[in-house]
Order: sequence, then C-alpha cells, then structure tokens
Amino acid sequence: MSDKQAFVRTAVASSPNPDDMPLTSAMETRSLNVFYGAFRAVKDVDLTVYDNQITALIGSSGCGKSTLLRSFNRMNDLVAGARVDGEVLYHDRNIYGPGVDPVEVRRRIGMVFQKPNPFPKSIYDNVAWGAKVNGYKGSLDDLVEEALGQAALWDEVKDKLHQSGYSLSGGQQQRLCIARTIAVKPEIILMDEPTSALDPVATLRIEELIQDLKTRYTIVIVTHNMQQAARASDFTAFLNMDEDRAGRVVEFGKTGDIFTRPEHEETENYITGRFG
Amino acid sequence: MSKGTFPEGAQLEAQISGRRRKGVYLRLAFLGSLMLAILALLTLLANIINSVFGLVAFENAVAPAALVEEIGLDPARIALSDLSKDDLLAVLEGGINNNVGRRLERERRFYSDRLVFETRAKWDEVCAREVDRPAGCDGRVRGREDVYSLVVEQIVQPKALETWSLVDSVLHRAEIEAAAAVSYPDAEIVFRSWLSMDFVTNPQSPRAEVAGVRTAVLGSLWIVLVTIVFSFPVGVAAAVYLEEYARHTRLNRLIQTNINNLAGVPSIIYGMLGLAIFVRVLETFTSGAVFGGVDGGVTANGRTVLSAGLTLGLLILPIIIINAQEAIRAVPQSLRSAGMALGATQWQTIRAHVLPNAVPGILTGAILAVARALGETAPLVVVGASTFITADPGGPFGKFTALPIQIFQWTSRPQDEFRNIAAAAIIVLLIMLLALNATAIVLRNRYARRA
Repeated sequence: MSDKQAFVRTAVASSPNPDDMPLTSAMETRSLNVFYGAFRAVKDVDLTVYDNQITALIGSSGCGKSTLLRSFNRMNDLVAGARVDGEVLYHDRNIYGPGVDPVEVRRRIGMVFQKPNPFPKSIYDNVAWGAKVNGYKGSLDDLVEEALGQAALWDEVKDKLHQSGYSLSGGQQQRLCIARTIAVKPEIILMDEPTSALDPVATLRIEELIQDLKTRYTIVIVTHNMQQAARASDFTAFLNMDEDRAGRVVEFGKTGDIFTRPEHEETENYITGRFG
Repeated sequence: MSKGTFPEGAQLEAQISGRRRKGVYLRLAFLGSLMLAILALLTLLANIINSVFGLVAFENAVAPAALVEEIGLDPARIALSDLSKDDLLAVLEGGINNNVGRRLERERRFYSDRLVFETRAKWDEVCAREVDRPAGCDGRVRGREDVYSLVVEQIVQPKALETWSLVDSVLHRAEIEAAAAVSYPDAEIVFRSWLSMDFVTNPQSPRAEVAGVRTAVLGSLWIVLVTIVFSFPVGVAAAVYLEEYARHTRLNRLIQTNINNLAGVPSIIYGMLGLAIFVRVLETFTSGAVFGGVDGGVTANGRTVLSAGLTLGLLILPIIIINAQEAIRAVPQSLRSAGMALGATQWQTIRAHVLPNAVPGILTGAILAVARALGETAPLVVVGASTFITADPGGPFGKFTALPIQIFQWTSRPQDEFRNIAAAAIIVLLIMLLALNATAIVLRNRYARRA
C-alpha cells in the first residue's frame, strides 16, 4: 500500500441484526505512549476499538483518558510539546506514519468535546461549514437536514436554521456539535465527556442519541460517570495511573464483564467506588 | 484545635470599624484622583475654547460702504455682502490691478462665456501650453460667494488689530468696547468664532484672518491613508503569524519582546529612521520619480506624503501587532479545536473562526493606533513637513503639511490672532480624533453583535 493511499473502509457490515455481527476492528493501538515534554501521560496502551460498537474509557481524573482519546485523531498535534510514540492503526495504517495527513485523519475520525462549542454562526452554517471546507459535492441543504436528523435535533431547529447556534440550550448545542461532526461523514466519532456540562435530562437524550448513532458509526466515549459507561457502552477500558502518574489500561473487555466480574482488584475498587 | 482567638464584643466592633475606615480613606483618594484627571481635561478644553471665540477689533483697509458707493449704488440701501455677482466683480475690477486679476482668473474663471482680466488671444495661448497650463483652463467657474470672499480678501482686507478671550469678551464687553474706541477709532468690534466653515475650507494663508486648515487637514488625511494601507495588513499578518503559527522558540520570544519594546520607542526616533530610509535611501521611490509622475511638476524630493505615511506606519506597527495579537489570543481555543476536528486545515480554521471573532478587537486597536498617528508631530518635522504650503497635496508624492504641524507653527507666531486660529485648529484635530474613536466603537459593536 502506498503511503499516499487514502483510508478506505475495508469491510461493509450488512447483517440485519448488529448483535450477531462478527466484530471487526476499527482501530488498534500498539504500545502507544503519549508525552507532554518529558512527562509520560499515557503508557504502553494496546487497545482495540470495534466497528459499530461503543467503547467507553473510564478512570479517575488525570489518568490520561482524554489524552488517549485525542491521540486517536491526532488532536494532540495541536498541543505544544505533545509527542506520540507507538502506533495507532486505522484500516491497517498507522495514522502517525509518514505521509499521513492529519487533516484527512480528522475528517474520518471526528470529535465531540466536553463543553458544547458551536461556532458563533447560524445553526445551518455550523453544520454545513465542515462539509464545505472538505469540498463536499452535493446539496448542502440535504446534508444539513440529514445530519441534524441523525443528531435528533432537526425537529427542534428546522424553523430557525438561520439563528445563531448560541441561541440553543446546552443539550441542543451539544447535539448540534454532534450533527456538525456527522456532516463530514466520519467513520469513528470520539466523544470527550460529552455530557459532563449537561443536566440529567439532556444527558439522557445524548445517551439515547449515541445508541442510535452506533448503527452507522463507531464511537469512543470518555466518561467520568460509571453508570453512563455501564448502561451506554459495549466495551469498557479502565485506565489508572501508575507510580509515575502515567496512565495505562488496567483492564479492557465487554462492558458487562468489566462491571460484573472484573479481573483486577484495581478495577473492582474503582467501579465499586472504593477509590478514585 | 489551635489556641488562637478572634476578637469578640466591643473589640470586634472597634476592629471592624477600623478596617472600614481604611477603605473609606482609600475610596476618597480614588475619587480625588478621578476628579483631578477630569479637572485637568476640563481646564485644557476651557483654555482652548477661551481662545476660539471672542471679541476682535477689525480694521478694514477700505470701508465696504465706500466700495458700494464706488459702483454707483446707495450704501444705505444695500450692503456689500448682498451685492450680485456682477456688481461684486465690478468692485473687484475697480479695486485690484490687472496682474492680480489675471492670476485669479487663471486659477479659476469668473464667467464661462467671457473673460474679465485676460485677453482672448493670451488665454488661448496659455491654455494651449503643454506645461504650466493654468488650472482655470478646465472651464470651472467661480460662484458669487467665491467672488465675495475675493473682494473681502483683496480689497476690504480686514485686519485683526487686537483679540480678546471669550471670558473677557463676555464679562468685560463694555470696557473692551470703550477702550477700543479710543485705541482704534476706525476699527469695528465684532464677536467672532475663529472656528467656522471658512476656516475649515480655506487654504493656508500668511494672514490669520483668512487662513484655514484645508491644506493641513487634507495632508493629515493623505498621510493617515498611507499609514493605514501600509501598517494594517502588515500588522495583522504579523500578529496572525506570531499567535497562530510561530512556535515557542527562543528566537520568537526575542522577536516578541522586541515588538513590545518598539511600541515604547520615542516617536522622534522613528522620524530619524524615516528620514534616513524613506527620504534619503528610497528617494527615487518615495518622490515618485520611479513612476515618472511627480505631482504637478513639484519636486518634493523624498519629503512626500508617502514618506510621512510610511514613517507613521512604522511607528504604529508594533501597536497594531500587539493589539491584534491580544484580540486573536482572546478567541476561545475551543473554536480552533472544533474547526480542526472537522478536518479543516489550520488556515481554514483561522479564516473562518479565529479572524472573524478577533475582528472587533483588531479594528478597535488599529483605529486607536491610527488616532495616535494622526496626532504625531515630531516624526513629521524630522521627515520634512513643509512649513508653508497653500497647495493641497495632490497624492502620495505631493509635498505635505499636517494638522499638528500647522498648530505648532501657528502657536509659535508672535501675533495674538495666530494663537486664536491655532486653538481653532486644535478643535478641528480633536473632532477628527473623536470621529475616529467613534468609528472604532461603532465597528466594534457592529461586529460584536453579529456573533
């Protein structure tokens, strides 16, 4: 495979019942280490993210969950002094390999942030902008409607598409950000504590939305909220800090297994609330 | 628990009121400082206003009534200022010699269909010239008001013998009029505003009574235009680079420190720099010689509007950069992350999100910097502002003077009446500065509302 070859989807899932689908890997990390200057924030992570599954990253504050998540679409490149060692394989190619353009990586692996951060533009422009800059050919109006529909926001905003994105409530803003991410047709959506700034009702709507999105997208979500991880994810990775404050994956497996019969004492202590 | 105690009862009350008292004293001191600042500003303004308005003892070289009588009309029934254009021209013809008349006619004609002072043959000859073709050949015609001001300027020649301040004029009017009647029996005492429409539209003149600031205002506007065209794009581009692209290397930190220091360098030093580089080294460029088109055959060497504008541009460049950097830094990082996470390039993100959100701050900072350039005098003196020109600057390659320079020159004249027109010119400059600041506020509000 040439270095300049674009990432393409290798297998298309077409099984009628997603639960019976054999799991295929969407992304794998191989001994991934992330450094901020001399400080190692993430240590030796080997993790597999499966297609059309929701993978939750849990762990105490400062254990490197968000850093790990940002290394999945090279957002760490924007942080001065950040450095990545190891591999993140996406369609069998290392996204940190030579000749890989981070702009393309981010188009295919989108991200939703902790605090809703719509652009100070109209709702329509919020959704359409990403598609426009990526050279989308086709009807933007249809794309905006489709993306807002998938983000369960269309009915609420269809009559005020040209009002500012800031005029929406916090939960609506976060769904707008999800719609914006969907509009560039990514394969994987990374979510960094997407509900931590929202009230319980808005949180529930986002969780339902994430379940809906699972059929089309692969989702990796960082969360502080263990109930959220337990009820909303298929796979869970528990991260913890070791002696020199570097985050590592303690345990990774099906969410049901992690929460009912964890293999490690550390994991059990965390999920039963005994520390962290 | 430690054994320390907090004051209680009477001790507590005394302690709290002691703390409060300290705050009251300081609050009075803060208010006093504010009052002092306001007082200083009001004194300045009052001082200027005091000179702009006031009584003036005017003496005419020729009485207007005599001129009306001269052309066979009754001065009791019609005043000079009410005469028709034809009558005024008759007065003018009778009052000035033919040479002056020809010069005036060559500047601009009196009638479109006939010549007053020139002969037809001579007129056709001078208008056929390739060089030094008079401005009047373009066919524009003087109106009645224009002819009237020529009559006043050339024949009536009002001369201010003495001027009084506004305060004196109001409080001691009777005494002033009585004293003036003795000292200047032929003079007319009038209350005059030195700031008037004529003052703004008249060109520079050696006589304070008819001098105006048009030349200087146009000079200032031209210079500021060059300054903006040069320093705004360069400054904003440098700020974008420093904030969005530059890495935190030692070299970049050094550059940043130097930009901050440059903002505090005395303006006269920029004048020296402008003299050395723009006036001397780049003379062929700044004089316009390299483009072939030197303004109206006037050689200004390198001492042109362009040199002055570029010098002031250098002067405010660090200020524009620093202000723009701050505006760009104030754009939330989350917008950049959001843009980049959608697969936009860095420039697309800057163009669509960072710059639009920084525009109000950038514009406000730039306009305040331009306001500083508008008031600068020292660098312009060094770069070579003309001390006396009556011709409007015709473009970037023209000779120039600027409003602050004009004010400086007028204040250094010995005659009282120049102090009055200097004060009036200060008002004009203040109005221009206020207009610029108002523009900054309007722009900021307009762009801020769009977000």
